[in-house]
Amino acid sequence: MSHTHVEVRGGAYADSVTLLQVSRTVQATEGVEAAQVAMATALNIEVLEQMGFTVPSEATPNDMLVALRLASEEALDPALGAVRDALAEAGRARDQGETGLEPPRTTGAAFRRTGEGLALVSVPGGNALVEAMDALDAGRDVMIFSDNVPLAEELALKQAATARGLLVMGPDCGTAVVGGLGLGFANSTSPGPVGMVAASGTGCQQLLALLDHAGVGVGSALGVGGRDLSADVGGLSTREALRRLDADDEVELIVVVSKPPDPEVATAIREYAGTLATPVEFALLGPGQPDLTAAAEAVLTRLGRELPTWPARGAAAAAGDGTLLRGLFVGGTLCDEAMLIASAELGPVRSNIPLSPELALGSDLDADDHLMVDFGDDSLTAGRAHPMIDPTLRLEHLSRVAADPRTGVLLLDVVLGHGADPDPAATLAPALADVRQPVVVALVGTALDPQGLDRQARALTEAGAEVHLSNARATRRALELLGGHR
Amino acid sequence: MTHTPTQVVSAGVDLFADAVAAQAVPVSRVAWQPPMTGTEQDLATVAADPLRHEANERALAAMLGVQAVLVDVAPASEVLGLERGEFLHAGPPIAWEQASGPLRGALMGAAALEGLVEDPEDAVALFASGEGIRLEPCHHRGTVGPMAGLVTPSMWMFVLEDPTTGRRTHCSLNEGLGKVLRYGAYGPEVLERLRWMSAVLGPVLAAAVRGHGPVDVTGILTQMLQMGDEAHNRNRAGTLMLMRDLAPAIVESGHDTGDIGDVLRFVGGNDHFFLNLAMPACKLALDAARDIDGSTMVVAMARNGTEFGIQVSGTGDTWFTGPANLADGLFLGDFGPEDANPDIGDSAITETAGIGGFAMATAPAIVRLVGGTVPDALATSRRMHEITLGENPRWSIPVLEFQGVPTGIDVTRVCRTGILPQINTGMAGREAGVGQVGAGLVTPPAEIFPKALAALAERTRERGQSFSTGA
Repeated sequence: MSHTHVEVRGGAYADSVTLLQVSRTVQATEGVEAAQVAMATALNIEVLEQMGFTVPSEATPNDMLVALRLASEEALDPALGAVRDALAEAGRARDQGETGLEPPRTTGAAFRRTGEGLALVSVPGGNALVEAMDALDAGRDVMIFSDNVPLAEELALKQAATARGLLVMGPDCGTAVVGGLGLGFANSTSPGPVGMVAASGTGCQQLLALLDHAGVGVGSALGVGGRDLSADVGGLSTREALRRLDADDEVELIVVVSKPPDPEVATAIREYAGTLATPVEFALLGPGQPDLTAAAEAVLTRLGRELPTWPARGAAAAAGDGTLLRGLFVGGTLCDEAMLIASAELGPVRSNIPLSPELALGSDLDADDHLMVDFGDDSLTAGRAHPMIDPTLRLEHLSRVAADPRTGVLLLDVVLGHGADPDPAATLAPALADVRQPVVVALVGTALDPQGLDRQARALTEAGAEVHLSNARATRRALELLGGHR
Repeated sequence: MTHTPTQVVSAGVDLFADAVAAQAVPVSRVAWQPPMTGTEQDLATVAADPLRHEANERALAAMLGVQAVLVDVAPASEVLGLERGEFLHAGPPIAWEQASGPLRGALMGAAALEGLVEDPEDAVALFASGEGIRLEPCHHRGTVGPMAGLVTPSMWMFVLEDPTTGRRTHCSLNEGLGKVLRYGAYGPEVLERLRWMSAVLGPVLAAAVRGHGPVDVTGILTQMLQMGDEAHNRNRAGTLMLMRDLAPAIVESGHDTGDIGDVLRFVGGNDHFFLNLAMPACKLALDAARDIDGSTMVVAMARNGTEFGIQVSGTGDTWFTGPANLADGLFLGDFGPEDANPDIGDSAITETAGIGGFAMATAPAIVRLVGGTVPDALATSRRMHEITLGENPRWSIPVLEFQGVPTGIDVTRVCRTGILPQINTGMAGREAGVGQVGAGLVTPPAEIFPKALAALAERTRERGQSFSTGA
């Protein structure tokens, strides 16, 4: 007889990634059928209710929920013991300091202790400004990984930073490389002649991966957040990042990678770039613009390098009866790029991050049409870990899409690097093995990435996928596979 | 070139901190937790206020720049212009009806002292009628009072001055421990002592201060903090240093030698005598930080025995109040928790200025008195740095490598961390007339900080410097 236990723990807190690990550990305990330990955010409550749990109405986002489905009531004590141990283990890792002092509780307090370096803020979006402002108050740069930060708060931060000559990378900045140090989801790069300004995390990662394959290093890739070149923000961080890279003697060429900027902001930034001593190449993703792979090629040409062959491995299964293209992405820019390329050939592509508003998907993320979903979008990450860390949502959706007879070809991205899932193929490959449709994967990573680019590629090809380094190539290949059946 | 960061401060997902550490760059991990419930939007509004950062720097610098000197000792009627029927008390404003036992007891004793009634018990009807009576917080008259904090016209006051600006603060003379007016006792021995203080102690000290010249109270505080005093519940070294400075002038004051002997015995026998100089010195410093638009610094914490109130630099004279807590600590004799009144007194001005409970690490001798341990004391002083704007370079703690005391309580940091200011305090008896029943540790009621934060956010929005109107 199955037994359910739901408990609200007031005042307890751990970050979403830690709780994901705790949930997995508890799930592996004998007698536990399902376990979710999560903060009681609206999204997590929705997930729990979908799992069949009833969440007490008094739970607030500041409370921790422990939800367990057990084989029997006798399994409760061991399961709660496992929760306790897993949380304690996570807490130990956090509190381990060399000094034996209590850890700092705010970014400001941490800087007051040492006064060096930069801040990396990945707290929930509603709290990000406060932590980031601490860094600016301490005279330090800050990278804000957090998403769901209101536009007006972004502007307030960037105005404060501009007044103080500081750099705000983000919010919603997934990737940065600062003097070789990867922050957030960042690929391992070698020092080199290219400096990057990136308003797009996965766009930046795609360029890092392609340039790495061509033997060109990137010493710094300064993220600015996806909205930096909008009319509202006006490129405040882009200017500061350009100024920094221009002052860096090792940078021979600056690349600005962004979704299409506001036209007036674009003009102003191009004007500013013209005043710099270092040449600036713009890689602006949009209709009628070169894709990221073409942008990488332009960079290589400008540096006088040979263009390499972009690698492709494995062979996708032959297409069946399905006629629709289904793209499931963890990278927003990769999803965007794929939609741009695909819609030029297929016509409208529906998405949760649509190219135009009428193409938006409902909350079921389904449509009787070609569609591409970005699982890293703000609306799908509130209160839970990014899909580059937590594959659950995409894997769930993958099985649904694969079971859908309308699906013709599946297009996926897998993004490697620091901070990302240590072995994404470990969960994706078994899921792919059950898919009948052809699967094309854009595997974005560098040779030095901790997950092992080759190992990941091998596991995915063995599961039947065709694996490309270039997302644009992967998309075109998916279109080709779909081609005969339209 | 673009340098590799020498350190990364990581707030949020541990995994990203791990990834930085894996690249051989040191990581300082923030043990981040969600802020106090309901404060998220106000915190963002206030953090983004363009005035805040500079306003807080100014507030802190103004406070740290004050040197408090004792310039005079004189009756409250003279230096405060207090008139018959006026009663100053500790904490935020309160009426007789809401007053707790010890405040009532002290008011009754003070009414008898001023000759408004013959017997203190008769004062109950007087205060209930309110005729010819005016209650006002000490803080509203440039004054601070320990425990019940009663000040009436005939009481002699220490007068402290900031020589740079001429600003002044005041405090009554300390009565000693046990059955005393400030703990709500009003028996004949209490009134007799108060009369002697006005007739002898005040005039002798006044003559001594005039003979000696101004006494550097801030300087004595600097030294006593290195001698085991935290200047709230331990003032032994400070009291002795004051005696050292004033004794020659007391002897040479020309007063009756018997009186001089009594004065020296009284001061020397009261380890808390200096508290009534530490408090107005703290207020003098904190008053310099008042009324700075945008500043989130607490400039006063005070309790009237019923409510705990704070005032904040950026919100003028508004008190943000909540029910005062009961202290946790040790009890005298047969007294127990059921005998204790909720927290009372202006003496939390010492914590507001960074000493008292904030400097607990420097006073290991009294950690047991307030029911703590030495490691607790060290951790407390360190923890208070989480909620303060800076450190006081003048007041340092030897055992913490001479780190300056945590100074300038920041409303936003309290709301962000949920860490409440730690106050060392005496406990008054719940019933009027009982006196002191113990000593211990107490914190303000948590809700007053979100209240103050909301007012700061409201002011930011009114200045049109907020983005959050539609959020």
